[in-house]
Amino acid sequence: MSELVEPPPPEARDGHAGGDVASEELIGHGHFTTHFDEPSLDYSVTDTKITEQTREEMRQIAARYPQRRSALLPMLHLVQSVEGRVTPAGIEACAEILDISAADVSGVATFYTMYKRRPVGEYHVGVCTTALCAIVGGDEVYAALQDHLEIGNDETTTDGKITLEHIECNAACDLAPVMMVNWEFFDNITPEIAIDVVDQLRAGEQVTATRGARVCTWKEAERVLAGFSDSRADEGPTSAPESVLGLRIARERGWAAPPVPERRHAQPAVAKEGT
Amino acid sequence: MTDASASSGHLSTGAADPLTPVLTENWADERAWKLTNYERRGGYAALRKALEMDSADVVTLVKDSGLRGRGGAGFPTGMKWGFIPQDNPKPKYLVVNADESEPGTCKDIPLMMASPHTLVEGVIISAYAIRSNFAFIYVRGEVLHVVRRLQQAVREAYSAGYAGKNILGTGYDLEIIVHAGAGAYICGEETALLDSLEGRRGQPRLRPPFPAVAGLYASPTVINNVESIASVPCIVDRGTGWFTSMGTEKSKGMTIYSLSGHVAKPGQFEAPLGITLRRLLDLAGGIREGHQLKFWTPGGSSTPMLTAEHLDVPLDYEAVAAAKSMLGTKALQCFDETTSVVRTVLRWTEFYKHESCGKCTPCREGTWWLVQILKRMEAGHGQEGDIEKLLDLCDNILGRSFCALGDGATSPITSAINYFRDEFEAAMHTPAWELFPYERSTIFVREPVGVGA
Repeated sequence: MSELVEPPPPEARDGHAGGDVASEELIGHGHFTTHFDEPSLDYSVTDTKITEQTREEMRQIAARYPQRRSALLPMLHLVQSVEGRVTPAGIEACAEILDISAADVSGVATFYTMYKRRPVGEYHVGVCTTALCAIVGGDEVYAALQDHLEIGNDETTTDGKITLEHIECNAACDLAPVMMVNWEFFDNITPEIAIDVVDQLRAGEQVTATRGARVCTWKEAERVLAGFSDSRADEGPTSAPESVLGLRIARERGWAAPPVPERRHAQPAVAKEGT
Repeated sequence: MTDASASSGHLSTGAADPLTPVLTENWADERAWKLTNYERRGGYAALRKALEMDSADVVTLVKDSGLRGRGGAGFPTGMKWGFIPQDNPKPKYLVVNADESEPGTCKDIPLMMASPHTLVEGVIISAYAIRSNFAFIYVRGEVLHVVRRLQQAVREAYSAGYAGKNILGTGYDLEIIVHAGAGAYICGEETALLDSLEGRRGQPRLRPPFPAVAGLYASPTVINNVESIASVPCIVDRGTGWFTSMGTEKSKGMTIYSLSGHVAKPGQFEAPLGITLRRLLDLAGGIREGHQLKFWTPGGSSTPMLTAEHLDVPLDYEAVAAAKSMLGTKALQCFDETTSVVRTVLRWTEFYKHESCGKCTPCREGTWWLVQILKRMEAGHGQEGDIEKLLDLCDNILGRSFCALGDGATSPITSAINYFRDEFEAAMHTPAWELFPYERSTIFVREPVGVGA
């Protein structure tokens, strides 16, 4: 089976018109890195921003669950919101509060792709390069951002503003190609729009998601994922135009679900909107 | 099927209209995510009605509706609820699988973004039905704004007395937790989800025992997809006769179809089960102008691909299975003639390799080898016997993996070789990007100066 690992000859790259990120990475760097390939935690880092306040919030999270260990995923999100990544000190804090071993926590932290072992920039920019997005333009968007930012996958710009990552399907395929900034949706992206968005972010301008809120920092986003709400739920639209395409067509043509049969139980009057 | 008042009865989908917005009906409303706006449309009336019923009767109602799981497998929802042993002294749990991440699938996220209360109301009714006092919504972490809207909807439900202690004065208590995941497709597999929710690596469990007997914290647990649970309030509110008046013989009700890819107007379409891709494409303006359909998936990348010859297959559980695929999540990803099948399949395979949890050897090692072969094929350096090697690897993964991820990883490959073997043969000598220049597949509106050409 040794022939399987033989790298493609250089002409594979020469004959290629652009956008094929995977094969380029295969030649340059082996292949797309996965969470299995990533380096381990840097245990030489000992400084930490975790305070008694953080520990108290961790205890609050743990108290929400019937069994405390269920709190580990949100607690690790909280660690990232404080530390900008998963740190040895963050792992120790989780282990201590949940009364499990640091190895247990580390095993969990290294399983999930959203947990980062290296410092993440102020804005995490993810471009979907799973099949459909990749083919309709995601590969070009990703390549354009790599060129523009002069960074590779999972790397951060020198100003600490942008971390770029190719991501897997983010459940917005009718809005492809999709880009996520701190896990907010930027739908129907083009290379030009993507570059414009990262330039605005680097310039410190307020950027608003296509389907979401004003973009907060990555650390602030991680805090929401830990279960501590911010006040942005009411920002942004109800839906994308694509999400309501079928609804709009149905209304134009007078189509609707079947009429509701007479109600068997006396119920409080229900206001039915006309369709 | 007997409702004479509906129009356009020329489809196999009973007498219902071609499109039947129910779950999507309020998606165009201003601030539809707010409780007051949801109630204005009749929201939470179904909860009041359910709480007047005996729990067991709610289970029976959902059984009678014929509702089948909308997360891919199509298992009857009410039957799943019926498996919960009511004599088990342990607490019972309801877990909503909101980890939508099957490539192509994009229905639950817009539902929770637009109308989180549809799901929350469904959660409360469903938990009441199985006599659970604790429910979790496990939502993937990569959708920040959806997490916000869910968190807020749950808070609003508590404030309105729909959740928490003594719901609407009935004595029924229910805690609801919105739990954000951390990036792992495998956690959409129900037992991996449970391990993840217990604060562990998200790896699937051996079954039996099934979650209904020993699920979360080894207690009886129901796990349902977002759309399944969101379908419960309308069934309670409008009745089984209404629900079964839509759909086909064994696939009842309406569902959300997600059209994506090289279509003129991609988007979400809620229709009775059994509509065809031809009809949906017709409504969506067809394949993008000047192009033709080449291949498509009926329900995400794990469902074997189909071609233009399958345009008239009714999109219900039975007919798609008869076409040797699966209805899955009704994620209709459409690709036109500019698309390289080899490239597409490689990308899907890279996805499975990336998302394989590593627990079992066929999946962990097999997906890695599949990627190696497909990569050299994309570059036009396929070797003698590679097609057979791909099929042999798939044969050793399918049915031999711990969970369905491994099975799903083989679907794109075996179906693609079945329909487009010549492209895999061409991969012995010609790069995919020469056969199918990639810039032709992008959907950007091109300025006069082309990009990447």
